[in-house]
Amino acid sequence: MDIRDRAHAAETRLREALVRGLAGDGAAYHAFLKDLSAHLRAYFRRRLAGLPDDVEDLVQESLLAVHNKRHTYDPDQPLTAWVHAIAHYKMVDLLRRRAQRESLHDPLDDDLDVLAASAHDAGDARRDLAKLLERLPERQRLPIVHVKIHGLSVVEAARASGMSESAVKVGVHRGLKSLAALIRSGG
Amino acid sequence: MRTDELVALLARAGAAPGAGAVGRRYAAALGWGAFGATLLMALTQGVRPDLGDAARLPMFWIKLAFPAAVAGAALLAAVRLSRPGVALRRAPLLLAAPVLALWALAAAALAGAPAASREAMVLGHTASVCPWNIALMSVPTFVLALWAMHGLAPTRPVVSGAASGLLGGAVGALAYALHCPEMDAPFLAVWYVAGMLIPTAVGALVGPYVLRW
Repeated sequence: MDIRDRAHAAETRLREALVRGLAGDGAAYHAFLKDLSAHLRAYFRRRLAGLPDDVEDLVQESLLAVHNKRHTYDPDQPLTAWVHAIAHYKMVDLLRRRAQRESLHDPLDDDLDVLAASAHDAGDARRDLAKLLERLPERQRLPIVHVKIHGLSVVEAARASGMSESAVKVGVHRGLKSLAALIRSGG
Repeated sequence: MRTDELVALLARAGAAPGAGAVGRRYAAALGWGAFGATLLMALTQGVRPDLGDAARLPMFWIKLAFPAAVAGAALLAAVRLSRPGVALRRAPLLLAAPVLALWALAAAALAGAPAASREAMVLGHTASVCPWNIALMSVPTFVLALWAMHGLAPTRPVVSGAASGLLGGAVGALAYALHCPEMDAPFLAVWYVAGMLIPTAVGALVGPYVLRW
């Protein structure tokens, strides 16, 4: 298969999954997002070879945008064009934000800048999730932050937050459910 | 958060968004915007008292048809700009057509008129207020179109802001035409177009700020 055939096959497969997902098929939608994240990763890797730290943040921002803006997809329209426009918009947005921020810095701080900008961007990419997280009660937010974002074990999270292990487990479970509900209602 | 966790989270949120969101948002923006513009016109300017007589003249209908055609083309452009990856295609052409037709009509009217009366045909009696009044009437639809677009996904903020402004301006001109006493094509060709361009320019300027997502 040459590259055109492969792209065509991906378009057909992804489009079918999204259309079925939009009709209410949760498993198809899950498969679509999973498949799409791999394509997005490859897309951003090709274009941001010098900025590997930004690739995963952009993948997540684009997935969130695809999800939040899924009502703008017209099933008669090529999916590739829709996804590409969203991914490109998110990439330009990130680069523009960075350019603006860097134009504010003193050029003498150039060395420090590289590190500061990179750390800051990771924060920006999680901005939407952070905003949603702030709306959760503490007993759900802390377990999610410790376990899902910082990658601590349940035991470590319990020690860090002063909660019992079972409270941490319940908090993660309920917190993810509340987050899903917040995302569903458009935040 | 790891990407596969985000995927699982989003998948759990469910995929079905309710079809027809784009159309619904623009229908609301246009409906309430036209209502607001008409209300503004009636309250600040008043419907022209000789409306019944004026409605018998073809020029009155041209004065309504011109902004209506611009509004239709601007709406088409705005809807296309609201969906990522959809090209404008023939929308700019549809937008240019009513303007060029009006300008041709104005040129013919000026050519057929005695030289002494040409200036009066362009300036009318209300040239100094007409564009500003149209800009004022544009506000409800302009703001609502920006709201509609903000909830969708415009990837070209400058052009999208301009399209919102133009839609507002065209609806504003449509409402203002029910007050405006001017009946010469050259007047419309200059001042109605100028009035619509004011919110269009504002839209192009504010688009990058208010249409981010």
